[in-house]
This record gives sequence, C-alpha cells and structure tokens, in this order.
Amino acid sequence: MLALTEDKRPQPGRDAGPLLSVDEIEVTLFTRAGKLTAVDRLSLEVKSGETLAIVGESGCGKSISALALMGLLPWPPAKLTHGKVVLEDRDLARLSEREMQDVRGKDLAMIFQDPMSSLNPVLTVGEQIVEVIARHDPASRKAMRERALELMRKVKIPDAERRFGDYPHQLSGGMNQRIVIAMAIACQPKLLIADEPTTALDVTIQAQILELMKDLQAETGMGLIIITHDLGVVAETADRVLVMYAGRKVEEGTVDTVFDEPLHPYTRGLMGATPSATDQPHGRLSEIPGSVPALAALPVGCAFNNRCPSAFERCFAERPVLTRPAAGRQVACFAVQQEGA
Amino acid sequence: MSILSARSLSVRFETPRGTLQAVNDVSLDVNERETVGLVGESGCGKSTLGKALMRLVPAAEGRIFVSGQDITRLGSKAIAAIRSDVQMIFQDPYGSLNPRHTVGKIIGQPLSVAGWKRADIKARVCELVDKVGLPQAALDRFPHEFSGGQRQRIGIARALALNPKVVICDEPVSALDVSVRAQVINLMKDLQAETGVSFLFISHDLSVVEHISDRLLVMYLGRVVESGKAADIWPAPAHPYTAALLAAAPVANPKLARSRTRKTLQGELPSPLNPPQGCAFHTRCPIAQARCHEERPLLRSIEGHAGRQVACHFDLVTHQKTPDLAATETSYVSA
Repeated sequence: MLALTEDKRPQPGRDAGPLLSVDEIEVTLFTRAGKLTAVDRLSLEVKSGETLAIVGESGCGKSISALALMGLLPWPPAKLTHGKVVLEDRDLARLSEREMQDVRGKDLAMIFQDPMSSLNPVLTVGEQIVEVIARHDPASRKAMRERALELMRKVKIPDAERRFGDYPHQLSGGMNQRIVIAMAIACQPKLLIADEPTTALDVTIQAQILELMKDLQAETGMGLIIITHDLGVVAETADRVLVMYAGRKVEEGTVDTVFDEPLHPYTRGLMGATPSATDQPHGRLSEIPGSVPALAALPVGCAFNNRCPSAFERCFAERPVLTRPAAGRQVACFAVQQEGA
Repeated sequence: MSILSARSLSVRFETPRGTLQAVNDVSLDVNERETVGLVGESGCGKSTLGKALMRLVPAAEGRIFVSGQDITRLGSKAIAAIRSDVQMIFQDPYGSLNPRHTVGKIIGQPLSVAGWKRADIKARVCELVDKVGLPQAALDRFPHEFSGGQRQRIGIARALALNPKVVICDEPVSALDVSVRAQVINLMKDLQAETGVSFLFISHDLSVVEHISDRLLVMYLGRVVESGKAADIWPAPAHPYTAALLAAAPVANPKLARSRTRKTLQGELPSPLNPPQGCAFHTRCPIAQARCHEERPLLRSIEGHAGRQVACHFDLVTHQKTPDLAATETSYVSA
C-alpha cells in the first residue's frame, strides 16, 4: 500500500528570476605539471526556495565549484579564470576580498562535510554563533547571546542554555552539524551551499539534518545547493539535479525527469550502481568499468569515453557540448544527440 | 555448519569515566557460503564485535568458535594458525596497506607468515592479483599509485590469500565512490561464488547490506536487537529500531521519497558509558511504554517466524498494531 501524502516542499517560484546565476565559470589549477582545468565552463541557476543538487564522484569538481561560488578557492593553486557568479544583481567574481567578506555569512553561507573541522575547538559553540552575528549584525552582548540561543533552539538543539557553553568535542557529530547550520543561517542568507552535509553522519541523524534543512528552507525561502555523491539524498531533497563528471556538467534536469529517464550514460551508470529497494536482492549491480580519470590525464574527446558503453568514434574525437533535448533539460552526449535526431 | 560462532560474547573497555560495555552478550553464527550483515549506528559496537571475533581485542566474557574449535583462550602461537581461516578487510584502503611495501609484498605477507615457500608465494600472488581484477604489473608498484577502489581490491586479495573460510569485512565499501563501490560488491559476490568463503559484512549502509546479505544482525548499544533472514526483516522489521533505520535510509527515487510519510527517529544514541535502564532504545522509541523503562527485553524467537529473533516487548511482527514507523515501511517496500 502506498501512503500518498501531498508534496509539502515549497514550490519554487517558476516565474521569478534566479537568485543565483552562475555563468560559465572556469577554475584553473596552476600546478608544477602545468595548468589543469578543474571546473570547465560550468553554468547553473538557483531560484529562491529552490534546491539544486550537484552530484558526482570524488574529483569531479563539485566541491571546488562551491568554493568558487563562495570566493574561497585556495590560491595557490586554484583560481577562477573565467565566468560570472551573479547573486541577485551583483557579480561576486568581481568583488574584492574585503567586499566578499561582507557577502559571506550574510547573503551566502556554506556548510561542510565535517562539522568538527569547521568549528573552532577552543571556543564554545555558543561563542562561535555569537561571532558570526557580531561580524554581520552587531548588537549588545546580551542581545547577541539571546539571538544565538534562539538559533540553537531553531536547529533543535535540546537544552540550548546548557549547550551554549559546551565545546565542540563535548557534542556529537550531529549536534555539531546543527551548530554549523545555526551559524550558517544566523544572518538569514539568501543562498546556502551544503557540501556533503550528512556524509559523516549516521543514517538516522542524516534524516534529521535533511529534514531540518528542508524546514529552515520552507521558513526562510532561501535557495539551497546540496553537493552530494548520494543519489538517495538527491531524491529526498532536490528540485533539480546537476550531474558533473571530470569538471563539466554532463546532465541537468528536474529531479523527477532525471531519475525517471536519465539520459547521459554516466547518470545511468550511477543509478544502476546504486542498490535500491526495487532491486532484485542478490542480483548483480551494474557497474561503471574503470575509475574517474585524473585531471592531468583526461582522454581526448568526451571525458567519459573510456568508461562509456555507448561511445562511438565521434566521442573519441570531439568533446560534446550541452544540448537541450527538452525544456529545463540539458545533456552533453553525442550518443543521446544521435538517438534524438 | 557454522564456520564462525560467538556465544554470549562481551567486550568491555576501562575508560577514565568508567567501564564501557562495547559488546554485550552477543551470540551469532556465520555459516558456510553465507553473508551475514551486521548493521547499526556508529558506536553500537559492530566494529568492536568484528575485532573481538578476530581476537584483536580481548573478550571479557563468552566464547568464540572457528569451525567448532573454541579459540577464545588460545595462545598467540595457536591463534596464528587460526588466522588463515579468519581474515579481515578494513574500511580505509589508505590506512590498511603499508605504503613502503610493494603490492606483491603486501598480498604475499600472510603467505610468508604462514611459512609458504618463496616460489609458491609468487605463484599464489599472481593468481590472486588476477582474481581481483588487477594487472600483473601492479605487483611491483606501491599502494599510493592506486585509486581507492583498486586499493580495496589489494586488501581483498590479501584477505583471500590463505583461502580463509570467513572474512570479516568492516565497512569495506564505505570509503568508495558509487561506481567503484558496485565493482567491489560484485567482486566480493563473485569470489564468494567461486571459493565458498563466508562474509561477516559490517556496515552502516543499509542499501548495501540489504543487497549483499543472507541474514542480518541489528545492533543497538552493544546488543543484538533483531536477527533473521534479510528477506524477512526487510519487508517487515520486528524491532522499532530496525524499522526506524530502514525509514531513515534515503531512497534513490524522488517520487517514492516524497510519498513516504517519513518519521525521523528523534534524539541520538545515548552514551554507552551510561546506557538507559530497561530497554536501551526506550529513550528514542516511538512505541515505548512503561514496561520498557523498567524491564530489559531479552532476545527471543518470534512465534511462527522461524529463524527470527527480536529483543522488544512489543515487537512489530507479533503486535501488529503498525505504529507510524511500520506504516512507513509498508509504503517503502510495496513500491
């Protein structure tokens, strides 16, 4: 029996202009071995209240893209060498570091995979939330403390008053991730970027944190970018999906269309390789042969050609560009183009 | 016949803050050609149990049997002989391979410890590398030259070198990417079909455990709370904790994900230093009643369901009152 309930997720304003519009960003790594393109002309848009999931395996460029949006690329070796990052009507790529510091934490916030490494081990968790408020929205000590406590309650930390004076090592991973989320939403950001926010957590705690992020989004209408390798997390949270491979976008679409009908052979491969409830138990998982190529040794043509079941001559000669097989849908694959033609 | 068994096994650690009961009165059997999945949240004692079965941490109470032989109190010489029957694969393919040794030396190490002749070792190592799908050229290279998935293949080759009867796999694919994870899981199944080796598969990833296991053990705060055939537990979990774990696992299907009336489990794992009185799960249990606060439920067979055991006063199979969590599961499985 299928217990159908209505979709309670906020419906992103379809007509509203994008909150964030990323236009052909390129991140180059300047290494001793030469220049490597870690992110290759990536474009994306996020609307208020919308959740975009960026999926891909380690090394596909998803995390470094997020750092590029935040203006946090580690130089050396990484540098944004092309493109625009427009939040509302400001191009963040052209802001100075000082101006960017005002944007980060206020309009744009980010949470990382490992809460322990994003928190300062020698400051109490309460103080760390106060620090964010003091930077962007200073008030009296007492008022800021009150506001921090309110945030701690909002992210459902039980017994907030007592926890305020705790240090990160005294809290569990899940509780620390809640503190990080409290810091991120302290100044009501317009866009929150979450890089593998639940990967380090247990499945029961993961469910709690994903639910918390959804609730906060419904309340504040912020845009959300979730970066993950877990298709389950994508299905549970996202409105739209963007699949990356070797620094490029290979497919994009609404979560329903991409899961119903994945177009790119890589997306299909990822889905086949994920065990799911509908699987035949003990059946073979379909696998993608080989492994992700190193950036320095990308094959000529399509970067996926050496692992792709549908590759033909053209894939080894040219790189496929993104085409739009349907409204809101993008894919970069010659085999798909050929099928469609 | 049972290859690896434990009877009332307990492991305790003395810490500055008191005694930590990491594994509490656990009994299990791993049979020939069987994969037993061991699931639970971090801190539930599943890894400690795996190490205790290998005699890598001492058992405070209980007994361990390998092919019927009691190995609980064997001395270090005698235990070395048992090692060829019980091997282990670790989670971190980076930390578990010696970076200064060539792959050939790493895979051959268990053989040379077991006293094999050099020529025999060489032949066996070549065979193993082939079996796990690595090129022969890999033998003279070092671990850092390989990706995570390839390193895990090296770990598997090493574990299988002595033709063990059972391999304890502690989160063997958790550190791997999705596409590579499928390769390693398929490889493990192929090797099982070929050699008849049994696996005790420790993981927090329910979708993987479901896929690979014949039988399941679910642990909570050091104790087994449910066990039985995977095919029985999955559609109808008996313990509310198992139901909650299944409900919390994300489903890679957006329509299904939306249609699920998801009840997330509230709260976190209590401290194992100070476990709750009565049923250890009552602090988070959606169906806990007064009795659960006082009386610890014993692991008992479920009437009319052969091979299934549960430690719950009000288990969901016998008391078909289908609380919210059970309802969630019905929808999860039927679609």
